[in-house]
Amino acid sequence: MKALLFRRKPARYAAAVVAASVVPGSGARVGPLALEDVDPPELPGPDWVPIKPRLAGICGSDLSTIDGHSSRYFEPIVSFPFVPGHEVVADRAGPDDGAPDGSHRVVLEPVLGCVARGIDPPCGACARGDLGSCERISFGDIEPGLQTGFCCDTGGGWSTAMIAHRSQLHEVPAALSDEAAVMVEPTACAVHAALAAGVESGQTVVVLGSGTLGLLTLAALRRYTDPGTLAAVAKHPEQRRLARELGADVVLEPGEERRVVRRLTNSLAIGDGPITRLTGGADVVVDCVGTEAALADALALARPRGRILLVGMPGRVSVDLTGLWQRELQLVGAYAYGTETLADGTRRRTFDLAFELVEAADLGRLVSATYPLARYRAAIAHAAAAGSRGAVKIAFDLRNERERTR
Amino acid sequence: MPRPGFVLEVDRSTPPILFHHGEGFRLEKLPAGRSRVLYPAEPLPALRDPEGAIRHALANPMGDSEPLSALLFPGMKLTIAFDDISLPLPPMRRPDIRQRVIEQVLDLAAAAGVDDVMLIAALALHRRMTEAELRHAVGDRVYEAFAPHGLLVNHDAEDPDNLAFLGTTDQGEEVEINKRAAESDLIVYVNINLVSMDGGWKSTATGLASYRSLRHHHNVRTMRHSRSFMDRHSSELHHANWRMGKVLRDAGVKVFQIETTMNNDVFGAEGPMSVLQKREWEWSAKDRATFLAMKTGLDRLPMRARRRIFQSWLAPHQMTSVQAGEVEAVHELTTANVYAQHLVPVEGQTDILTMGLPYICPYNVNSIMNPILVMCLGLGYFFNLYKGRPPVREGGVLILSHPTTWEFHPVHHPSYIDFFEQVLSETTDPEVIERDFERSFAEDEWYRHLYRTSYAYHGVHPFYMWYWGSHALAHLGRVIIVGGDVRAVRRLGFQPASTLQDALEMASDVVGRDATITHVHNPPILMADVS
Repeated sequence: MKALLFRRKPARYAAAVVAASVVPGSGARVGPLALEDVDPPELPGPDWVPIKPRLAGICGSDLSTIDGHSSRYFEPIVSFPFVPGHEVVADRAGPDDGAPDGSHRVVLEPVLGCVARGIDPPCGACARGDLGSCERISFGDIEPGLQTGFCCDTGGGWSTAMIAHRSQLHEVPAALSDEAAVMVEPTACAVHAALAAGVESGQTVVVLGSGTLGLLTLAALRRYTDPGTLAAVAKHPEQRRLARELGADVVLEPGEERRVVRRLTNSLAIGDGPITRLTGGADVVVDCVGTEAALADALALARPRGRILLVGMPGRVSVDLTGLWQRELQLVGAYAYGTETLADGTRRRTFDLAFELVEAADLGRLVSATYPLARYRAAIAHAAAAGSRGAVKIAFDLRNERERTR
Repeated sequence: MPRPGFVLEVDRSTPPILFHHGEGFRLEKLPAGRSRVLYPAEPLPALRDPEGAIRHALANPMGDSEPLSALLFPGMKLTIAFDDISLPLPPMRRPDIRQRVIEQVLDLAAAAGVDDVMLIAALALHRRMTEAELRHAVGDRVYEAFAPHGLLVNHDAEDPDNLAFLGTTDQGEEVEINKRAAESDLIVYVNINLVSMDGGWKSTATGLASYRSLRHHHNVRTMRHSRSFMDRHSSELHHANWRMGKVLRDAGVKVFQIETTMNNDVFGAEGPMSVLQKREWEWSAKDRATFLAMKTGLDRLPMRARRRIFQSWLAPHQMTSVQAGEVEAVHELTTANVYAQHLVPVEGQTDILTMGLPYICPYNVNSIMNPILVMCLGLGYFFNLYKGRPPVREGGVLILSHPTTWEFHPVHHPSYIDFFEQVLSETTDPEVIERDFERSFAEDEWYRHLYRTSYAYHGVHPFYMWYWGSHALAHLGRVIIVGGDVRAVRRLGFQPASTLQDALEMASDVVGRDATITHVHNPPILMADVS
């Protein structure tokens, strides 16, 4: 089978870091990612099934890995070599693997929690359904890997075949297109983030970044919370258009954040000249960028005792946390998904909420371009420059890969 | 004798014409046979004895006023209000007219035994003047005598403890002005009437007013009904100020108005800048070389350096008349004197009006000409420099030349930045802007704080800039800016063009290929008297 394989090759990794510092996405040209012929992954247990990816998205975390920006934090919780790709809509490949309604398409919930790892009894988080907080992600029947796509045993979506635990699979309704289905996983991240943001009715919420995750988080905030004002920072014209469509009340450009938030919140600013410090600020700031600058912005924009939610994957950053201390800010992470508690107290699987949102907001339209595996360098370059090229989500289209039918 | 302004019909022999272009210049060849250039009059002679003229005016007032000395008495409360940094343009060489006048007023007050004197910079919602600017305006002697004692102050239109509500006009307009001024036995208002819009009741009713009062005439409806606001008798802006003047008078506020006019000597007769005051076909070889060297040098300098050079220019313009006494009588003569310098008879309207916008307008002295001020200068001030009809026909095209950089002075224009980023990104329609956004900016606590304690224009000020151009926006079919920052020009709702030729080509979509063109060669200032 064909797969894009990411091997542990320090020299190539270093080359990727250098290349990507000049042109984002160019880690795919010089780094440790390569298109290879590999054996299909073996099933590690009876509840594992083979699946054949149809579409597999390119996520910001994938780009960070390819360009060598990922934190070393991940080293003990991934296993090499791995096939990236955790945003996957696939066909069940086993002979009797059809769903009860006869459909074969599934969306992968990639977190490799206790159930997938064959750990019984599961950890407390998995027992509660909070898979993203699993405490056993490097234990059990399979090699370490916080998700499919970062584990050497499971394969990943950037290939013509992979495996999945039955508990990871969600049937795709017949009416949902592949493009919509491939958006379910990132949408689940966004739904989880929106509900983790703790937005109270009428509050001012600012979303930094309007890439895929930022746009989806906007849509999730609009559907599952009740902000008074929802503001989005969007760099590119298409992002601004989509941000408005997906529910932002106010759309602003980078550099305008402090002034706009000051006006939205009737805050004052300290000193005259360019605004550096607000006296008040937004109730909630959702950082969907994950850079040092974005975190600094978030710290500057949140009101005293406000909440900052890190949704975009950060790495090593250097920021002044004095404001966090003096203003008693809450800095909270939001990773993956599991089970959510809604405003009315009901508990729902995040993926179920994500399916609803994808359909309601027509999020399949965010898939801007697809590529065959052989053009992976172009695909990754496109994904790395998606915003400036008027695109949102770039995905691999495996439906026509020759190896898929062998 | 200085030559009057005139209209040049462009033919094949006409040399390229000077267009001011912010902190630089362009030379543009206008199409022969269908273009004309409006040239300003040469500078009128300055008063030979300005001190004597002031003395004479104070002693021989106009209208029903008594001489100033007769209005001064021991124990009285005297307030001297004077025009702020927005006048004159460019700032003049020392001594400033205000200094000359104020010193004589103070001499008379001292002679009459008046102890309670306060000087107020009548800046309305403009930014406060700095110490250096105040010193330049009133002179070091006056500054030293008054400022340290808190007796020379900037008007504060947001100080609730120092505003007096005096009533409403017959049209419901609220009149609220500086309390110290309102409660004085006499206000002496010292004007510099750079253009015909300045002075009259507008001095007190606007310069010393609050937002509560100003909003009644600084709005879209008023501006659209002022045809133009440079022509007092056709200006709703002035009608409102005159109505407010009646309220002031009825409330017992006594004003002794001193108005002065100045000549067109903006660039002088000597030095490299003097070439800007000459007509192109009269440029000598030395003039051409000077201009070329100046232009080339400027073009190579960074914007910050260019701005510093231009902003440091103190113009040699001088006083041509001084009138004092009763407000309306004074203003009639002042206006006639302004017209004597500025009016240029023009026959008929044109399809395309072109203007080269200079580096300065009333609101960027010692500051930055941001895009909103570009709009205001072009569509507000320059467009309205007409009497009778606009020089461009309804539905015609206005072509401006200016770099229009996306740049703001963060201390002077904080609300402008937000207006540009947050309001103009939504709409450029003045009525919608007024309806949906004005109040929140006007009442913004931070803008208010900066206006009162720093050197910021009031939060509502960028709105007024936009309203200033609302008559032109309604009148014109298209506005094109040559050589401007494309993004900034588009944000203003206008069209960018790289060259004048491109702009004329774009204009032909609106007014046809054989459209007539009129270029206004301003500055020095001229006012088209369109028949």
